[in-house]
Amino acid sequence: MAARDTFAAVVSFVAYGLLLALVWVRLAAPDVALTEAAIGSGVTGGLLLAASTRLRRTETPAAREKPGATLRLAAAILCTLASAGLAAIVLLLPEPAPTLAPQAAANLAATGLGNPVTAVLMAYRAIDTLLETVVLLLALVGTWSLAPDRFWGGSPGPRHHADPDGVLTFVAQLLVPIGILVGIHIFWVGSVAPGGEFQGATILAAMWILAMMAGLVGAPSVSRRWLRLVLVAGPAVFISIGLAGFAMASAFLAYPESHPKLLILTIEVPVTLSIATTLALLVAGPPERGAQQ
Amino acid sequence: MSLALDGLTILTVSAGAFFFLAGTVGLLRFPDALSRLHALTKADNLGLGLVVLGLLFQVEGPFAALKLISVWLLTLLAGATVTQLIARAARPGGSPV
Repeated sequence: MAARDTFAAVVSFVAYGLLLALVWVRLAAPDVALTEAAIGSGVTGGLLLAASTRLRRTETPAAREKPGATLRLAAAILCTLASAGLAAIVLLLPEPAPTLAPQAAANLAATGLGNPVTAVLMAYRAIDTLLETVVLLLALVGTWSLAPDRFWGGSPGPRHHADPDGVLTFVAQLLVPIGILVGIHIFWVGSVAPGGEFQGATILAAMWILAMMAGLVGAPSVSRRWLRLVLVAGPAVFISIGLAGFAMASAFLAYPESHPKLLILTIEVPVTLSIATTLALLVAGPPERGAQQ
Repeated sequence: MSLALDGLTILTVSAGAFFFLAGTVGLLRFPDALSRLHALTKADNLGLGLVVLGLLFQVEGPFAALKLISVWLLTLLAGATVTQLIARAARPGGSPV
């Protein structure tokens, strides 16, 4: 019974993420809903499940330590204070609430995009997206650093053998081509409709994870050069186009007046591939086998 | 015409919601994991099919209708796979390795 607690918590987290995605749709924010469903509850749920599996040995001793009454009272008071503070902030918002949405929509034509959310992500606040890609890469390096010394540079995860009559193999063979199409479509349509590179990259990563779990492809060893090139290609292209902004316009990550969309596309394609690879390798985990196995 | 379509939508979506309710009752009340899985797959997939059918009356254009139907088919595929995998692990004799 004690072993179920972490697992139950992770399942509740995933279900809560999906409910939150519905809330975002209700608030007319489909881009955020897509990202929440894909990354917030999908990839993070997979990561937490893998982590809870590794923690199974510590479940029983951890369940024996119960927090005392004072600690629980303090936690309850803090939670109440935080909820009251949030409620006060929401109720005391000025009418109309301050927003930059009209200006974002007004300058949309200059960026050549049709989706104001993508314009914010890739044109107005491109520096934040750049930092996000770098943060994902650092998270991956952190995950790799958890490998034992003898497996450093090896392949992540246990070796999955493909069962030719198995259910998982059947579904992987059927779903992965469809998923790749859907992922590329969601990435491409993000310039004019809800979607974008993070959502499309997550779907591509999920398809790679499915293929790895079904044993159709082996997890690549983390010391492979092509893998590392794909991982850094996204942030590298982003930073170089940002630095070229000094020459073309007048600031870091400024786009020239003509063809801003071409530049945005040149950034988005490598970034999508990098993020897909990063997310798939994050879920695959630190290397657990030697490079030759 | 649109009134009839709206009425059909309400009818089928309500039927779908009823089947979802039945599936959830089965999830909560059935004795073991295998029968709970059975209740979930049969009732929930039928419920989703009815909801999608009800929404088909409201879409404009065949493209959106195709998207709805493909969502239903993909959910069927995912549900069937996950049910099989869970059932193999939850069998009384343990999963065949």
